[in-house]
Amino acid sequence: MLDPSAGRDGPADVLIEFGRIAAVEAGLEAGDAEAIDVSGQWVTPAFVDLHVHLREPGHEYKEDIASGGRSAVAGGFGTMACMANTEPVNDDPSVTDFILDRARQDSPARVHPIAAATKGLAGKVMTEMVSLVEAGAVAFSDDGKTIMDTGVARRVMEYSRMVDAPVIVHAEDRTLVGAGVVNEGAVATRLGLPGNPGLAEAVHVSRDIQLAELTGAHVHIAHVSTAAAVGMVRAARERGLHVTAEVTPHHLTLTDEATLGFDTNTKMAPPLRGRSDLEACRAGLADGTLDAVATDHAPHAMHEKDVDFREAPNGIIGL
Amino acid sequence: MIGRDLLLIDDLSREEIETILETAQHMREVGEREVKKVPTLRGRTLVNLFFEPSTRTLTSFEIAGKRLSADVVNFSPKSSSLSKQESILDTARTIDAMDPDAVVVRHRVAGVPKRIADVLDVPVINAGDGAHAHPTQALLDLFTVQNEKGRIDGLSVAIVGDIAHSRVARSNIAGFQKMGAEVRVAAPPTMIPAQVETLGVKAYTSVREALEGADVVMMLRIQLERLEGALFPSVREYSATFGLDREKLRYARDDAIVMHPGPVNRGVELSHDLADRRPSVILDQVRNGVALRMAVLYLISGRRRPEGSDVRAAKGD
Repeated sequence: MLDPSAGRDGPADVLIEFGRIAAVEAGLEAGDAEAIDVSGQWVTPAFVDLHVHLREPGHEYKEDIASGGRSAVAGGFGTMACMANTEPVNDDPSVTDFILDRARQDSPARVHPIAAATKGLAGKVMTEMVSLVEAGAVAFSDDGKTIMDTGVARRVMEYSRMVDAPVIVHAEDRTLVGAGVVNEGAVATRLGLPGNPGLAEAVHVSRDIQLAELTGAHVHIAHVSTAAAVGMVRAARERGLHVTAEVTPHHLTLTDEATLGFDTNTKMAPPLRGRSDLEACRAGLADGTLDAVATDHAPHAMHEKDVDFREAPNGIIGL
Repeated sequence: MIGRDLLLIDDLSREEIETILETAQHMREVGEREVKKVPTLRGRTLVNLFFEPSTRTLTSFEIAGKRLSADVVNFSPKSSSLSKQESILDTARTIDAMDPDAVVVRHRVAGVPKRIADVLDVPVINAGDGAHAHPTQALLDLFTVQNEKGRIDGLSVAIVGDIAHSRVARSNIAGFQKMGAEVRVAAPPTMIPAQVETLGVKAYTSVREALEGADVVMMLRIQLERLEGALFPSVREYSATFGLDREKLRYARDDAIVMHPGPVNRGVELSHDLADRRPSVILDQVRNGVALRMAVLYLISGRRRPEGSDVRAAKGD
């Protein structure tokens, strides 16, 4: 039994009554209850995924809240926070309401909507954060896109102080990414595909950490993939800034070498990076610099990935 | 105060402010007569040099000057988007060469009245410069509160709105504090200026907290055209979070008064019903504004210069 929030890490039994957990202790008597033997296995509280794309409303052919919810519980996730790049974008309380309503009806996993930080994810006008939080939004993010205008990013973070909600940043300088589809480096060079340099992430992580310091906002860096970013988050934390970060399972287990066969399932944003980046992410997770593993579950229809590497949309499934 | 500029309310001592308010009290009575005229400034020339358009403040100064029997001239140069210092000062020198007794200046950029005052010998009165200062507005607000509450000392004043861009906020913060009141400000975080606590105020992003126990609630006008989207997401959210209505007003004291420098964006910073009736004293502010400006004009340009003295040595008394 591993339950960090209860300080539990050792063998124990769980009593479930009427679908609810009634007791967690070592050496419980089974009595006439149905006993399931899970000795030698791990039992943990249900996982929380801070970063999923549920594609509903608008792109239900890829995934919808019902199927996303079922995948989630099949993999042990009881709660997920879903991003706002749906269609329409979740930049209005009516869309937040819709998502929560769908989730209530169809999803076995709890859903917490993350609302857009700017209207239409256009990176120009901040969203109505007060009404969105009232509707149930838990955080704000333009994930899928980036707020390229630093002045806008600043105002978004300042405004977020009023609702005390984190701003989740997809750190990627689009002007440095350019046409890049694979991590810029030896593998991209061999493949002859345009590279997306790690600096594109580092530049924005640096920017957004400094904006967090200026504005006092809580900035959460999504899908950290580079050693540089891990280092900056570590330094920020040492200085006591309110900066948190997450890393994906794929950035902890795969490098850009996985792209060598041109499999489009290995194409995502940010891209799989080099070995030293992977090691840095693992070290960051181990020392607490990276606060969570979040899947960035980004499903697409099969036919959408069955195209050439440049055309294929970014995303890998996580749930 | 004779012959002195009035650029910043911070430059006035508490005693001087009290003198101005007392004088304004006498001047109020003039506006209540059938013949609204006293000969005090007869033969004096007052020039309103307004580089930034304004109806209320300009009319207020004009009526104030005329009630004192002064010859009032309104000069509003066509402002170009590239404001060249030279042409502002040349304009001011040209007016000066016509021997006015006082010049009232308004400009959309901070510091212009001071620059003009540095160059001119006649007294310059600041009618509002950018987001910097609006001393006569603060004085008429002090006058209004004193009339309503009988005192200013010990009162709690909450100023709500775009503090960062407001000259009314800055002058009122200074003025009310000088007269012994406690001042708080409330705004979205994007409209609170950096290190605002150095002005001696506590800043809130919750209007409910800011109104707790307030005697005076001062609402500022939001410049919709300039700011929507950049500093706050929508008029809808601004008015829901910071707009004053009867429900939010309940957090203030029961006998709190509501003020606004005008013009009011109805339904945005003030609900319709609050804009028009008690506890709002907005129209009293306007009435008091004329009396207050009469007091200021009288105190600054009221006394005749000694016969035969050098005109240029008249500054500073």
